Amino acid sequence: MRLLIRGALVVDPSQKVEGKREVLIENGRVVKLAERIDKTEASEVIDADGLVLTPGFIDLHSHLREPGQEWKEDIESGSNAAVAGGITSVCCMANTEPVNDNPSITRYIIERAQEVGLCDVFPVGAITKGLKGEELAEIGLMVKAGIVAISDDGETPKDSKVLRNAMDYARSLGIPVFTHSEDKTLSAGGHMNEGYLSSLLGIPGMPKEAEEIGTIRDLVIAKLTGAHIHVCHVSTKGALKAIEEAKRAGVRATCEITPHHFTLTEEAVRDFNTNAKMCPPLRDEEDLKACKEALKSGLADAIATDHAPHSEDEKSVEFCGAPFGIIGFQTLLPLSLNLVRDGYLTLSQMVEKLSTNPARIIGKRDIGTLKEGARANITLFDPDEEYTLTPELILSKSKNTPFLGRKLQGRVKFTIYNGKIVYKS
Amino acid sequence: MKNLLSAGQITRELFKEIYSSALSVRKALREGRKKFSALRGKCVVNLFFEPSTRTRSSFEKAGKFLSADVINISTSVSSVKKGESLVDTVKNLDMMHPDVIVLRHPCEGAPHFAQKFVRAAVVNAGDGRHQHPTQALLDCATLTEHFGSLEGKRITILGDIANSRVARSDAILLKELGAEVFIYGPSPMMPRVPEALGVKKLNSFEEVREVSDAVILLRIQLERQNAKKTFPSIREYAELFGINRKRLKELRPETVILHPGPFNRGVEITGEVAYGDRSLIFPQVEMGLAVRMVVLSLLCGRLEKLKEEIQ
Repeated sequence: MRLLIRGALVVDPSQKVEGKREVLIENGRVVKLAERIDKTEASEVIDADGLVLTPGFIDLHSHLREPGQEWKEDIESGSNAAVAGGITSVCCMANTEPVNDNPSITRYIIERAQEVGLCDVFPVGAITKGLKGEELAEIGLMVKAGIVAISDDGETPKDSKVLRNAMDYARSLGIPVFTHSEDKTLSAGGHMNEGYLSSLLGIPGMPKEAEEIGTIRDLVIAKLTGAHIHVCHVSTKGALKAIEEAKRAGVRATCEITPHHFTLTEEAVRDFNTNAKMCPPLRDEEDLKACKEALKSGLADAIATDHAPHSEDEKSVEFCGAPFGIIGFQTLLPLSLNLVRDGYLTLSQMVEKLSTNPARIIGKRDIGTLKEGARANITLFDPDEEYTLTPELILSKSKNTPFLGRKLQGRVKFTIYNGKIVYKS
Repeated sequence: MKNLLSAGQITRELFKEIYSSALSVRKALREGRKKFSALRGKCVVNLFFEPSTRTRSSFEKAGKFLSADVINISTSVSSVKKGESLVDTVKNLDMMHPDVIVLRHPCEGAPHFAQKFVRAAVVNAGDGRHQHPTQALLDCATLTEHFGSLEGKRITILGDIANSRVARSDAILLKELGAEVFIYGPSPMMPRVPEALGVKKLNSFEEVREVSDAVILLRIQLERQNAKKTFPSIREYAELFGINRKRLKELRPETVILHPGPFNRGVEITGEVAYGDRSLIFPQVEMGLAVRMVVLSLLCGRLEKLKEEIQ
């Protein structure tokens, strides 16, 4: 089958393309990208007038919950939600049960994802066994099995020597270390940002400084080891400043920002909405602005969702009893487009954060691009379509998002994975 | 007003209404009248997820004096220990047709969350470090009676402000009533942004002396002090921040002392001061009962009935 997509505005920062182009796909690969492609070359044609066509989005940060917590999400429901959000590659964190700290679990996740067959699932392996921060996991064997990075997710080793060893090792293996950078001795017991609102509500806070201290330590160890550090879900002005300085000093650092951190502030938890409770927590106006500015300046390399499903039973409790985390696959695009509409990003810069840069961060050359020969992972969206986010639209098993009931603008129309249409709305 | 969840709901006008009704109720109580029929046929459930003597018994007596049926549930005897969620507990209770649920819970926002699931009126009797609106009512009523008016009065709250729902509730209502509010205590016990509560932080006991027409002491919550204490020792707290006879003398002679109780004798206050003539601690307790009788009547739509009855 030769699939031709015509009429779309093609945005591919990897080849500095932004304009009307036609794309021809065969055997799961992009075979041609040109202003005009003869219709007779194709066996099927998608008319994509008015749509934007980009390389499939790559989400560096998610939790698919399988194995072990399938009541929240599994690889199949997560894949469905991802492709509905235009995401064709999902990196999933290691905090499953059992933890992805050995090659058997890595292989299980990859094989399950292939059976589902909707998108790439790239496992992130644990840094330490059981995420305990003590003994290194079998990182080398997991790399052979297919992990693209290592991370202990929310439990980045407190022991700096352990983290140093992990970073040394990761450098030698050519993979990045994803850090949730936080000094947990400072933020212990907190449930929201420490500041104006926590002072008013009495909810124990998590100071911004905990994130800043954690970020600085992790960057210093990255500098020491020469490893590629990727700082996850940066949420504070101070942490961004630390990353900026580290980058300037030549540290191999990249970072991501989540849509919720560039869209919402702590005000979202004023009425004790547990669907606005996550870690790091929503911060204040100053940080929100810093996040947007960091995306604009290029300091922030990627937008990632930190998609973290929790069931309604788990979230429908008093605030302090609720787990941290919100889902994000299907709100990634409309919220990112807000940055374009508000003049923070060009469309091309947005695609860089959603696809081009994430591919580079995990060292994948055949995705995140529409170059001839690349895998035909493609997202087609209508940037203007308006709709209200309802639980029925959400394909995740869990519906824990503060954006429920919100007007969103921008909707995925087709998602193509290895040349096949895996989602259509 | 369907529920009483936060001191922020209480306007000057509402306070005036509650205050004057509470004074009449108290007068009736002092005259030895102990049974009123205002809440006959009504049911009040006291649902306490935290230990409490004063507040629980105060709500219980308030309900009983008004002839309501009162049910007391505390965590040690309820099915909570079996792992039932808060929603399920209140939903089950609500199906037994209570008119008011008085809820105390260690999590901030628990009553705000629970009220979404019930038909009964909800009174917040303390949610974690957040709010305790009837405490604010009784403290402000006690102070209003003492001063005549709170307009322009300067009140200092002294102690573990960061962990105190009493401080958060009092600060809001005191300000609504025209007082200026200050906080003082060991620095690690201060909230990060005092302005969020509309209060000013004082930096020394001398400043406390200068500004305070009244000092509201807070209980040092020994149960919230784990390994990472926010102060070095009880002895040190008592010496530097407690009110004893000597400290009381350093305050201006007209400055009065309040404490929500139960007080730790010899820590934040000595027995001598608590029982002394500048202490309003015991009048607070009596006012608490009267205020709660008014609040329960108000939420049941029976305040007018109560007022008629006590005339």
